[in-house]
Amino acid sequence: MLNGQYPKLYFYSRLVRAKMFIDSHFSEPIDLDNISDEACFSKFHFIRMFRNSYDKTPHQYLISLRIEKSIELLKSNNSVADTCYAVGFESLASFSRLFKRITGLTPSAYAIQQQELRTKRARLPLSFIPACFAYKNGWTRKTAILDK
Amino acid sequence: MFTRMTHVNIYVLDQNSAFDFYTKKLGLKVITDVPMNAEARWLTVGMPGQPGFEINLTPIGAGMYFTKETAAALRDLVKKGTFGVGVFTCVDIYATYEELKAKGVEFTKAPTKEFYGTEALFKDDSGNWFSLAQLVEK
Repeated sequence: MLNGQYPKLYFYSRLVRAKMFIDSHFSEPIDLDNISDEACFSKFHFIRMFRNSYDKTPHQYLISLRIEKSIELLKSNNSVADTCYAVGFESLASFSRLFKRITGLTPSAYAIQQQELRTKRARLPLSFIPACFAYKNGWTRKTAILDK
Repeated sequence: MFTRMTHVNIYVLDQNSAFDFYTKKLGLKVITDVPMNAEARWLTVGMPGQPGFEINLTPIGAGMYFTKETAAALRDLVKKGTFGVGVFTCVDIYATYEELKAKGVEFTKAPTKEFYGTEALFKDDSGNWFSLAQLVEK
């Protein structure tokens, strides 16, 4: 107990361990039944407790984590197919559908958008920095920062 | 009138170390990362649940924003833990506290019930401190 105000320490350490297991193994075929067993919860108790703490069921959390990671990979110029399998989806169709549901864009459209951003960032890095900061350093919109 | 706040600065001692702390330990996402010069980058992070709000991890270096003397003084103050920077809220403070502790985040106050909710305090890798809060619904 911490300051007499910290309830259910053991419960939280199990719950957090299960969540961190998902964080580390999201790209593998995760069986949520196994996670709840490992955490010593019944499956339904685990789902309810997880939702109370993270606002998502374990399955919803796993999907959102995979989509978050896929966004990072697409930003780093990975192909849509490589990204799909790297984050643990087994089919391009389900990856594409879930990606669009969460981000509003298909993975391909997102990849193209990111490619354009990368090109612009390399050409005009200042356009990504609020003008006040650039101005303070004597840079103008057309200045190539690295030349200074 | 103002509509919203989009950027805040957090002054950090080392941008690379801050990058690791804010992304790997706190779980924030990089929004923009572009070079400004040989020593510094424009590095902003944010939370997926709060789009449009960017935390600029600003290095305390002479020549960028500060004179040499100002930079030295500011580095000292940050290291000493002078500045409370802000409040992060969460759904479940006990779960978040346990997770951050497991990742090596240093807490100076464990979750404690206050009249506005439950609050803990933690420090970043530079010495800036934050409140982690689960607020009572108003």
